[in-house]
Amino acid sequence: MNFTAVWAIYYSEMVRFFRTIAQSFISPVISTSLYFVVFGAAIGSRIDQVEGVSYGAFIVPGLIMLSVMTQALSNASFGIYFPKFIGTIYELLSAPVSFFEIVLGFVGAAATKALFIGVVILATASMFVDVPVTHPWAMILFLVLTCVSFSLFGFIIGVWAGNFEQLQLIPLLVVTPLVFLGGSFYSISMLPPIWQKITLFNPVVYLISGFRWSFFGTADVPVGLSLLAIFGFTALCMGIIWWIFKTGWRIRA
Amino acid sequence: MIVDIKDLRKTYKGGFEALKGVTLGIKEGEILALLGPNGAGKTTLISTICGITNPSAGSVSVGGHDVVKDYRAARSMIGLVPQEINLEPFNKVIDVVTYSRGLFGKKANPAKIEEILKQLSLWDKKDARIMMLSGGMKRRVLIAKALSHEPRVLFLDEPTAGVDVELRKDMWDVVAKLKEQGVTIILTTHYIEEAEAIADRVGVINGGELLLVEEKAALMQRLGQKTLQVDLQAPVESVPESLASYNLEIAEGGNALRYHYDTSGESTGITRLLGEISAAGLQLKDIQTDQSSLEDIFVGLVKEGAA
Repeated sequence: MNFTAVWAIYYSEMVRFFRTIAQSFISPVISTSLYFVVFGAAIGSRIDQVEGVSYGAFIVPGLIMLSVMTQALSNASFGIYFPKFIGTIYELLSAPVSFFEIVLGFVGAAATKALFIGVVILATASMFVDVPVTHPWAMILFLVLTCVSFSLFGFIIGVWAGNFEQLQLIPLLVVTPLVFLGGSFYSISMLPPIWQKITLFNPVVYLISGFRWSFFGTADVPVGLSLLAIFGFTALCMGIIWWIFKTGWRIRA
Repeated sequence: MIVDIKDLRKTYKGGFEALKGVTLGIKEGEILALLGPNGAGKTTLISTICGITNPSAGSVSVGGHDVVKDYRAARSMIGLVPQEINLEPFNKVIDVVTYSRGLFGKKANPAKIEEILKQLSLWDKKDARIMMLSGGMKRRVLIAKALSHEPRVLFLDEPTAGVDVELRKDMWDVVAKLKEQGVTIILTTHYIEEAEAIADRVGVINGGELLLVEEKAALMQRLGQKTLQVDLQAPVESVPESLASYNLEIAEGGNALRYHYDTSGESTGITRLLGEISAAGLQLKDIQTDQSSLEDIFVGLVKEGAA
């Protein structure tokens, strides 16, 4: 293992993050506050409680998941796409590093950033509402695995993307709708019966449900299924990355 | 041989054969120039040695380590300066150079980085962002990155393409200094003059094949043939007696005389010839010189190989 190289990649990715630390910090704080104003105050006053939890608290896990998923995706995909775009990828390819080390550096950095933002949002939300955490270890597990798996997914998108439009395509057209429709801001039980069935095809439902369970002890789907989903997704992404590096797809001719 | 290339082939997806079986040994401490026109396979050859592309067949070892099976050991010895200026625009010079050293697994060594930056006259720019630098400075940063991990073999892919004359001379000085430090240097170029100025040996590559590798002096003599054509005011029927020793050729129906000479010789004899032409009573209308282009030379080399 070339740990020096992993650290070099990780560090240089984190430097970019810290160079814009104000934005990195302020933007999730502001967007979280806005969600609370809109959903908490405007809608929450009509909904009152969902499954015994105040609506303001109920949306917190979904809010965290929404930001963590999109941040992990965009950070990781940009992280590997940028060297491809400006040509500095030559150095990664000619360095004495394995693909595993490259992934560790980029995905580790992207996951760290996403985790940081998740924690900032949780802290911000705690200032608005009382957020109980019933199963803290499960909460950390779900949060970390989501950061890692979506960073892996983002890495794949970054390798695949041939231009900036493609880089945005999947996050915008697939992931954001799935996250919004995945029960970030509502419980599945609030949907009409037919949609309750259809929504089960949305993988994000399982992630949000499991994460919410770790807060409030209630879930839309069994927590075991949620765990299976997050581990399965992580494994799938790892498998695809392993294949990418084995074949050199879109990276090494 | 510090770099040993055996029957290296590269066929890209879509069937383009960029390397058609290149075999080449590079001696430790030498400067080898790979000369060839655009699309000859120079960059593919370097990319395959450095790990940017996978070889289709054949093998390459660097310092005895196979570049595919034992890539860590092989790549640790190699520094690569790419042809394109590929740098992160927003980063500081010192950061990108330090990053390269880390990426190659070498422990941080600020004193070494300082030494490299000073050698390349980049030290006073160490805190400048890459995008603020001129093209020539950026190229130096690329060299600094390649040297950051103290490679024993340095590949320079067209280091002076699109670089002004002064910077080109600077670059040559840098290469000479590195040679003194014992670094083996392989550079690609399509300028004959560049190969002439700095190389110990010259390889000529075209169409994915290595046509020859020779000591520079021997090759330059072969490549240095030029022709001087003297156009006359009035046609002549034969070469005047006094000019017999020049082996002149009558051309354009007697309206011109052609003289073949060697630029690498000690004296070309042009001054004396022109003096004697006018002494022979011939009036000059115009003169022109013609050097076989690199392409002509390649054609010549291929023919020679076939004969």
